[in-house]
Amino acid sequence: MQRIGVFVCWCGTNIAGTVDVVKVAEALRTEPGVVFSDNYQYMCSQAGQDMIKDAIKEHNLTGIVVCSCSPRMHEATFRKTAAAAGLNPYMVEIANIREQCSWIHKDMPTGTEKAIILGKAAVAKVNLNTPLTPGQTPVTKRALVIGGGIAGIQTALDIADAGFPVDIVEKLPTIGGKMAQLDKTFPTLDCAACILTPKMVDAGQNENIRIFSYSEVEEVGGFVGNFSVKIRKKARYVKEDICTGCGLCTEKCPQKKVPNEFNLGMDNRRAVYIPFAQAVPKVATIDPNYCTMLKTGKCGVCAKVCTAGAIDYKQKDEIIEEKYGAIVAATGYNPISMNKFDEFAYSQSKDVITSLEFERLTNAAGPTAGKLLRPSDGKHPHTIVFVQCVGSRCSHDASKGKEYCSKICCMYTAKHAMLVRDKYPDTEVYVFYIDVRTPGKAFDEFYRRAVEEYGVHYIKGMVGKVTPEGDKLKVLASDLLADKQLKIDADLVVLAAAIEPDKSARPLATMLTASMDTNDFFTEAHPKLRPVESPTAGVFLSGTCQGPKDIPETVSQASAAAAKVIGLLCKDKLTGNPCVASSNELMCNGCSSCEKVCPYGAITYEDKEFRMPDRTTKLRRVAKVNEAVCQGCGCCTVACPSGAMDLKGFANEQIMAEVDAICK
Amino acid sequence: MQVNENFKPLIVAFCCNWCSYAGADLAGNNRLNYPAEVKIIRVPCSCRVNPMFILRAFQRGADGVIICGCHPGDCHYTSGNYFTRRRMSLLFSMLDYLGIERERTRVEWVSAAEGAKFAATMNEFVEQVTALGENKRLEDLRCKQ
Amino acid sequence: MQTVTRDLLLQKACELLDAGTVNRVYGWQKGQFDYDVTPAVFSSREELEKDFVYNDFCGANFSKYLIKETAGEGKILVFLKPCDTYSFNQLLTEHRFDREKVYAVGIPCDGMADIRLIEEEVGEGVTGVETDGDKLIVHTLYDGDVKLNRADYLAERCRVCKSKKHVAYDELLGEDGDVVDSARFDEVAKLEAMTPDERFAFWQNELSRCIRCNACRDVCPACTCEKCVFGNPKSGVENKAVSDSFEEKMFHIIRAFHVAGRCTDCGECSRVCPQHIPLHLLNRKFIKDIDAFYGEYQAGAEVGSRAPLVDYTEGDMEPGEAVASVDERGGKDA
Repeated sequence: MQRIGVFVCWCGTNIAGTVDVVKVAEALRTEPGVVFSDNYQYMCSQAGQDMIKDAIKEHNLTGIVVCSCSPRMHEATFRKTAAAAGLNPYMVEIANIREQCSWIHKDMPTGTEKAIILGKAAVAKVNLNTPLTPGQTPVTKRALVIGGGIAGIQTALDIADAGFPVDIVEKLPTIGGKMAQLDKTFPTLDCAACILTPKMVDAGQNENIRIFSYSEVEEVGGFVGNFSVKIRKKARYVKEDICTGCGLCTEKCPQKKVPNEFNLGMDNRRAVYIPFAQAVPKVATIDPNYCTMLKTGKCGVCAKVCTAGAIDYKQKDEIIEEKYGAIVAATGYNPISMNKFDEFAYSQSKDVITSLEFERLTNAAGPTAGKLLRPSDGKHPHTIVFVQCVGSRCSHDASKGKEYCSKICCMYTAKHAMLVRDKYPDTEVYVFYIDVRTPGKAFDEFYRRAVEEYGVHYIKGMVGKVTPEGDKLKVLASDLLADKQLKIDADLVVLAAAIEPDKSARPLATMLTASMDTNDFFTEAHPKLRPVESPTAGVFLSGTCQGPKDIPETVSQASAAAAKVIGLLCKDKLTGNPCVASSNELMCNGCSSCEKVCPYGAITYEDKEFRMPDRTTKLRRVAKVNEAVCQGCGCCTVACPSGAMDLKGFANEQIMAEVDAICK
Repeated sequence: MQVNENFKPLIVAFCCNWCSYAGADLAGNNRLNYPAEVKIIRVPCSCRVNPMFILRAFQRGADGVIICGCHPGDCHYTSGNYFTRRRMSLLFSMLDYLGIERERTRVEWVSAAEGAKFAATMNEFVEQVTALGENKRLEDLRCKQ
Repeated sequence: MQTVTRDLLLQKACELLDAGTVNRVYGWQKGQFDYDVTPAVFSSREELEKDFVYNDFCGANFSKYLIKETAGEGKILVFLKPCDTYSFNQLLTEHRFDREKVYAVGIPCDGMADIRLIEEEVGEGVTGVETDGDKLIVHTLYDGDVKLNRADYLAERCRVCKSKKHVAYDELLGEDGDVVDSARFDEVAKLEAMTPDERFAFWQNELSRCIRCNACRDVCPACTCEKCVFGNPKSGVENKAVSDSFEEKMFHIIRAFHVAGRCTDCGECSRVCPQHIPLHLLNRKFIKDIDAFYGEYQAGAEVGSRAPLVDYTEGDMEPGEAVASVDERGGKDA
């Protein structure tokens, strides 16, 4: 039997004005388990807290009920008070007789009667409370960043600057991501490479950062503070530590007909390649799908020309196992496939291109050395049509495109249009749009300049059809404002393709037990208040894997995610919330219902041997809650039919006792 | 139906800690009146509310039970209230099927900022249950002494 | 008339025993009368030849027994009618037994007769029932032989059979059928169309007969908890007998809720109820609502499917809307 003390607070006249506190204290004195009951003007004051401490010691109290303001206000205060007097802090319950009683009721009898009932419910609950101790787990002081684009690079740099080791896993042979493929950046028009490549170099040289390029995460185990991760470092058939990146092999390789993915297949590379001049790590990679030596065993030119002796045709995939305290997802995006958009003739004409391809065409390091030339005949285009929202805001046909706005297209299209008019004033530029969306610092001004200073023709309306005819592209479109049909003979059509999360995100989310929305963007722990954390503790989100965003926003989010990681890694130990779910193994069926509703992936199963009454043993599947991961929502307790799963601090019998006390 | 003028219903309100309980606190802060017949039980999330709690409340003499949680999409635990929504839809439909007045049960989403909504909801619900009169179909007279 | 005979099943069982594929057979054992059939484990040809039966009264769903029977060594042969295979799959979804330890033989089913209906017709003293084509020949003590139309005396669940298709088996005897367009929700719809007072009166009358014998729970293939919540002292509802007039309502509502989304509608609960309470009407209400609110879902149709109560979509109906929608459907769309 508990020995419970009841403390009724006046809160000055806040409570005592409408609740007869003396009567409440008296009424509760006779409740089961109550051995002490008193009232005081301000329970939260030093004197009030001392009164509680003294009573705990004097009466050997095993639990206390404070009838006062909301537990959201002072539950923590009174728990500390209890702890100071040697009582387990979770043996404290609060009856909220201010916000939910004295403040909303006007007359004394009503307020007093309700306060007594609320007090009784709290007493009934404390009678069933058990001392709880939060679990503690150590923190591995190392972070993993998955994805080496600008988001991943920024997150890694910030974490490394705070003094923690961090690993970047990038599936391509170099870090840099999509930003490395861009030409200029809006709204300042500085060149992407000029601002990105120094950061790539920083990341490559930072002693706290290890870069696993051409690598993928294969398995994730553990939980916040204690993840263990298997990384597959794919064989690149070049010894990374020996290769100097001189590039001789990439010039001598006889296999010249490999589509160059960095230029989106608009030119070719060799079978051994370095994606681009500023790659980090600057190491050659042999493409096993095209290398004659790897395929037939005959060639070996690269090995012959390599003075460093870095080529190794026998190299195998390597599995690296490492422990991490925190994991950041920075898997980025891709433009969607244009296969379902036949009306724009993307597959029929080389001169219908996506905006990312356009970036490569205007980039000095691109296939045309920065000269804007048509892919089909290498001629300079004189009429260019830009089509916005290709696959974005496609709510009328979700099977074709995406329902969301890709957010960056309005701005990059304004940039492209402006750059064309700037470099080639003899070119007519049309932009077809649904709406022009330019929220962002200096964004609308930028768009206005495109229209007003550079004379770009912005037309509200969608392009209905593009038909290749001779060396022209017949563009059929509607101008909604003028309410007429337009026919334009274009030389080049640029499609602002919607962006979607990288395909690697979904399997990664499964490994991380991190949740995703229906579009495969990672879900944040709270859309407004915890935008860079995943609901899964210890997993953080950086960049476009969480939703479409531009470079400034990506970098802000990357740094925010880093700050959260640093905050976690600074701790030596993580103290959990002791009000977590726990499963009674003797009753658990192992049916998996609880696991399916857990938003945190805190529940796993194990086969356990049980001794049966007849001295035999039986192997049964039972649920196990990882207390470091469980956040205590209690969803699993209702999914569990037998009641084997219960929630500490809000147990079935505790809530049932409150119900009974209120309804008696 | 005969209405007892002096009848005061007993209402049990399960409120999630993060939104609705805070909404109730806000109603208190703003001194927004609602009947003392409403007794709140704090749960971490609306998804903690087991149908057994609701039936038990009715059994012991509650005249109405209301469950309040964060608005869909705003759950502190991401998805808890989505499960609440399914569970309660099915449970309430079942109670209706058994001939228990559907006006005695309710789910309402109340955010921490909606003190006024909390008070208004409670006023309305108490009025609704008062009009129905005593819960005779689910309570057990022997439990009420 | 059943298309597979006792002899065919017996032959199959013996063949599998002899081949060592299985070391036990789960089957039906004859009792005092033909219609008095109980589930049993047979471990030899002799036992089978002596007591194994298969007739129009072999309605018992064997799936649940596999939890216990697969604990032993070796494989067990189980005969599964189409409806049983749904429970079989549902139990696999819930990891309740080891599939490797079962050899499942699917058998077609032409519906099972209900001895209660026969007795209602011919009175007490039935000493035996034989099937002759689409007729049942009932031997009685007092009236001699009575001939009945077989179709009229099938169990309710068979008259509204939902599927003749096996969703799980290792081997199939005879031809497989299809999922049937069933009228099984008609009764639920009729209740929904009543006034609340009528519904209350109906259920008050039905449920107050409950004696809390727990037969419905014990036979239910979805009720496989190691310990039932009503026997769990920490649940706050521990109660083994009816202690007050609400108890049976609480029990049946909670039981139906606990199996909601997992119940395959096998109808065993109503078959075994000694008080003849139409318990399946509670489960079917949940199934009907789930289909209407969240899209059609048949528990056990495939292993590993996610039950509707452990799933959600952001656009789900609000509880108020959901309850109101039952009126809009007029209780007639079954």
